[in-house]
Amino acid sequence: MKKNLYPMIFLIALIVFPLVLRQEYYQHLIILFMMWVVIGSSWNLLAGYTGRVSFGHAAFFGSGAYAAGLLAYHYGISPWWGMATGGLLATAVAFPFGWITFRLHGAYFALATLALNEVLKDAAKIAEPLTNGMVGILIMPTFSSKLPYYYIILVMMVLTILCMRLTVRSKLGYYFVSIREDQDAAESMGINTTRYKMISLCIGTFWTGLAGAFYMNYMGFIDPSVVFSLQDLSIAAVLVGIVGGVGTIYGPAVGAFIMIAVQEFFRSGFFGLFKYFGDKTGSGAFTTLSEFVKSAHTLGFGLLVILVILLLPNGIVGDWTKIKTKLFRMKVTT
Amino acid sequence: MSFFRAENLVKYFGGLAAVNNVSFEVHQGEIFGLIGPNGSGKTTTFNLISRYHRLTSGRVIFKGQEIQHLPTYKICRLGIGRTFQVVKPLRRMSVLDNVIVAAFARVNTMREARELALQTIEFCGLLPVQNLLAKSLPIAWRKRLEIARAMATRPSLLLLDETSAGLNPTELLQAIDLIKKIRDNGTTIIIIEHIMHVIMSISDRIHAINFGQTIAEGTPQEVAQNNAVIEAYLGTDYA
Amino acid sequence: MDVFWQTLVAGILKGGLYALIGIGMTLIMGVMGIINLAQGQLMMVSMYITYVLFSALRIDPYLSLIIAMPALFLLGVLIQKYLLNPLIKVDTILPHNQVLMTVGIGMVLTEVARFIFKSDYRSVSTTYSNETFFLGHISFSVALTVAFGIAVVFTLGMFWFLMKTDLGRSIRATAQDKEAATLMGVNTGRITVITFGLGSALAACAGTLLAPVFYIFPDIGAPFTSKAFVIVVLGGLGSTVGAIFGGLTLGIAESLGSTYLGMDYENIIGMVIFVAVLVFLPSGFKRLTKV
Repeated sequence: MKKNLYPMIFLIALIVFPLVLRQEYYQHLIILFMMWVVIGSSWNLLAGYTGRVSFGHAAFFGSGAYAAGLLAYHYGISPWWGMATGGLLATAVAFPFGWITFRLHGAYFALATLALNEVLKDAAKIAEPLTNGMVGILIMPTFSSKLPYYYIILVMMVLTILCMRLTVRSKLGYYFVSIREDQDAAESMGINTTRYKMISLCIGTFWTGLAGAFYMNYMGFIDPSVVFSLQDLSIAAVLVGIVGGVGTIYGPAVGAFIMIAVQEFFRSGFFGLFKYFGDKTGSGAFTTLSEFVKSAHTLGFGLLVILVILLLPNGIVGDWTKIKTKLFRMKVTT
Repeated sequence: MSFFRAENLVKYFGGLAAVNNVSFEVHQGEIFGLIGPNGSGKTTTFNLISRYHRLTSGRVIFKGQEIQHLPTYKICRLGIGRTFQVVKPLRRMSVLDNVIVAAFARVNTMREARELALQTIEFCGLLPVQNLLAKSLPIAWRKRLEIARAMATRPSLLLLDETSAGLNPTELLQAIDLIKKIRDNGTTIIIIEHIMHVIMSISDRIHAINFGQTIAEGTPQEVAQNNAVIEAYLGTDYA
Repeated sequence: MDVFWQTLVAGILKGGLYALIGIGMTLIMGVMGIINLAQGQLMMVSMYITYVLFSALRIDPYLSLIIAMPALFLLGVLIQKYLLNPLIKVDTILPHNQVLMTVGIGMVLTEVARFIFKSDYRSVSTTYSNETFFLGHISFSVALTVAFGIAVVFTLGMFWFLMKTDLGRSIRATAQDKEAATLMGVNTGRITVITFGLGSALAACAGTLLAPVFYIFPDIGAPFTSKAFVIVVLGGLGSTVGAIFGGLTLGIAESLGSTYLGMDYENIIGMVIFVAVLVFLPSGFKRLTKV
């Protein structure tokens, strides 16, 4: 039970949080954070546990978002019904895709996801009668307050993490990891590797599609360059996965937190630090710098990707013992 | 009905015949040795049986069923387990977890798989290292882990590919004991081995191949005295 | 019929330059076994170098090859030495961590370019940027034709280098079998560094040659990265000859697509080809040509 102590405390904190802190800005950040936990966890099931890296997770996120959006837009179906459809459509996209690519050498899958991402983005742009093309889809939000969204995504996040935990600790999880470690050995132990890779892909993309559909409902607006974004979704999903630690249950949560933090850190111009200096000294350089920093969160992501791969190859959770000993040693020497 | 039969196995890689018309039959309960010099096609034969390679032509018949068209994982589920010459441990899983993965071929719940895996681990003498990561094991233990994993899939026929290569004399004796124990437990074994006195002492019958072709078959004594075998191993001068 | 021939010519000219980027990427693929997803971004850097040289010093784009290519060679060497080679020893669960690293590098390059040059569209407008000449009824863009010629020269030069020089042979040996090459006395660590440098220099060459005809902006790298990797997959991973065919095929297909289907389809055609290759010809043209 002690093992579940920290997650439980964390969960209770999340439940209480919006009742205490009523500023919508912070609620918004936590909603995004929880959405990213869902995306990151599903990416992690595929990459961290099954060893098949997706470079184009936006393909599934976008499919889910468009499924929910189009149903609401064209048929007036409540976007909450659309949510289930979102998960299913993402899986429906993933199924034939995996069926083709899993037969090929490992690296092809990673590259093909990238291609799938681009194909779907272009398709959404071109199919104007259906998707409105670049203009995007706008639907009326269901709730005016952020609270309902907050609790919906909270439930979704908890379900995702539970799903991951159950999966990982069952036959499925053992099979996934054995495929990651050595596919030939896995086959020799009676594992139909193609089938289990498909299962992993389908579970992962279902949750991602669901997150996409949630995003549609929550933001009320999507267009191809937002929901199929290579940098802000596909790469960000990879980032969330690797910063926290691939192949760990709570790694994506840590990763999502750091990603949102970095994003806001940049977006707010280092929490208004530069602007403050600019006003104080009256120097234009600081003001320019603050303007730049506000749009530079992608640079932050890029640097983070490089640093994490170089220094923390197994992420913060995966390399936690390493980090601890390093910090500890530092304390001893100083 | 024969237990296991390989009929006219042929495998071409490009224009090169790696295995050329090899046939043999294995009886239930025996240890069947497969020998031949380096590159003679022994491991390829194993890969053909477990279908890591597709046969160019020929048939593999196990318990009366043709299996040459079945995928690898189904062959395992039918009851043919194998080890790899170049061991393939699941590196970042513990020894116990490695064997649990294999046990899932026969049971579905975590509890049963754990139980079956622990039995197998004890049987193979891996208890002392069960919680270590597979990548941290020395070679002798890794070879043993290969066997344990294959055994956890409950095979009735076990293909052992050079499980005693790289072992020191003590480890070698332990390995031989384990192989005999497996046979006594009712599992039929086909074994590839380089160390002559090992294979001569434990095999009931031996099949010798060279350049992908059968050169002799018989009891260890018969094969050891066969001119073609001596020639293949030592050169024409000794024949 | 003229429209068709016109489209074909435009496609071939463009394809020649695509081939140049593709060869750079396929070289890296062959030696390191990774797809360099920063290839287009490296090209973008060289475009900006050309732009700066042109707008500040009035240096002709073709002359700036002499500066851009060595500069990018150096950048490539540094990337391989300090960012990619250290990853070989790293023990991680994460598969393809080197490829991910190149993604990160690509992002940083793009954002640094955005920091310096803003997101504005820039152009290197030389006297010949918009000039054309005619053969029969078919018009040839002067800039593209010259670029094609230079691309062919560099491609042939690259082949000569790979086939005839010791260094080239070492690179091919490393690509075929790293371990065996090491045993034969090839310093494979050095070879990977040089190869990445060469790959970057080829991207630089393509970038500089394209600078007079394309608008230059920070995000121009990413689409070229995806084009390059379609070419590499099309040609068969690691095959230089394949990359040339792949480049030409993609160039022609894009041209035909944008003429007969509409401009919107230009990008999607590359991806459709990619998927078709994955399904029907998984090892690319290499399977057909065997080189």
